[in-house]
Amino acid sequence: MTTLKIPTPLRYYTDGQAEVSVAGSDVSTALRNLVEQYPTLEQHLYSSQGELRAFVNLFLGQDNIKDLQGLETPLNEGDTLRLIPSIAGGSNDFSRSNRRN
Amino acid sequence: MLPGLTREEILRYSRHLLIPEVGLEGQRKLKGSSALVIGTGGLGSPVALYLAAAGVGRIGLVDYDVVDSSNLQRQIIHGTDRVGTLKVESARERMLDLNPDIEVEVYNEPFTSENAMRIAADYDILIDGTDNFPTRYLTNDVSVFLGKPNVYGSIFRFDGQASVFYAKEGPCYRCLFPEPPPPGLVPSCAEGGVLGVLPGTIGTIQATEALKVLLGIGSPLTGKLLLYNALDMSFDFVKLKKNPNCRVCGPNADITEPIDYEQFCGVPGHDHDEGSAGEKWDITAPQLSERMQHNHLKLLDVREPHELQISALPGATNIPLGTLAARLSELDSAEDMVVFCKAGTRSTRALELLVSAGFKKVKNLKGGINAWAQEVDQSLPIY
Repeated sequence: MTTLKIPTPLRYYTDGQAEVSVAGSDVSTALRNLVEQYPTLEQHLYSSQGELRAFVNLFLGQDNIKDLQGLETPLNEGDTLRLIPSIAGGSNDFSRSNRRN
Repeated sequence: MLPGLTREEILRYSRHLLIPEVGLEGQRKLKGSSALVIGTGGLGSPVALYLAAAGVGRIGLVDYDVVDSSNLQRQIIHGTDRVGTLKVESARERMLDLNPDIEVEVYNEPFTSENAMRIAADYDILIDGTDNFPTRYLTNDVSVFLGKPNVYGSIFRFDGQASVFYAKEGPCYRCLFPEPPPPGLVPSCAEGGVLGVLPGTIGTIQATEALKVLLGIGSPLTGKLLLYNALDMSFDFVKLKKNPNCRVCGPNADITEPIDYEQFCGVPGHDHDEGSAGEKWDITAPQLSERMQHNHLKLLDVREPHELQISALPGATNIPLGTLAARLSELDSAEDMVVFCKAGTRSTRALELLVSAGFKKVKNLKGGINAWAQEVDQSLPIY
């Protein structure tokens, strides 16, 4: 089993779980296993053509899977995969919407 | 030629002068350097304060917002007596109080494709303290075009990220994130919330990195992404590499000047009417109040359950946005329905989901329950 770390914004779709155990001998099958466990994640990770979305970054240890063998990167028992999301926060836009309404 | 330090400045910066890595020469370097802080909110507050205190000679501030009381939980450069004033002016006043020997230049305007190159050209380093994807991509691209380092920080709830994107020496933001996520996947802090001290931690890391880069000391976060989680108190690092296919810093880059970032991200970056689903789908709070007196309306509250403790509309059904897709069978598409959230952003997403599932008699409460609290029932708090 591989531990997949789920970033806060996506925990919405994993019943709040920060880590999910996934089965699979490579990244592609591990991700498919994740989506089988939490089907609402699929649209966020894959395009309608079934390709992994460009903003989805997966790291095995410290390395981006794009710098390894991509989705075919093999996984070993006890590996940790980490999904890294784009997050945009830094300031606040409440006052703007508040001013308008 | 580096500028000299006055007798007063030597006393002011004595704790820097004692550090061999900074010393007199380093302090003179800082005095001769400049930094542009984009956004004077949660991240920009500690960044601007610490750079001012450290004696960075010229600091630019870009922001077009005004101080709101809901900012003060984390935007510590401002104060209660500044509510309603321009953020850049409020920040400048505080910075010059902290250090009157520096220059603070303010740009009370949005950072856009039209003005970004002109504004940023005058500074040695850019510091990204923005709150939206269009401005983040713009900041990154401008830093690549101008060959300047971009000190990045981003926050959400308890999570923070920081890096130094410097295309001359390593990857840029687009190498990691070629495209933004689709609108709605990542809630803003206004929607999702943020622990007030979190931007303090990440902004202070950004200020540290900016000072290291300006001084030319240590190992900046170039080629590394820091991932911080306040709940676990974990600091993790991952390696970032230059993407050979990067459209702004790769060998075959096809983006060579600022583009239309709002179109690129599919979301407005500035002054957008966030709580609106469009005229056809919106109902205002007073209109809803009027209709509720004559007709039965189903009220669907798509906020998180804990938000109902802050304010609620009687009789509303609560289905959080994240679970709505799986719970559509609980709703009757024949019924007239009004969807609402805090300020109208999540309800707009919920409306899109409902309409795509065949619901036709559905409206969005423009401005959310906060608009209701402002225009209909003043006994409810605004949050």
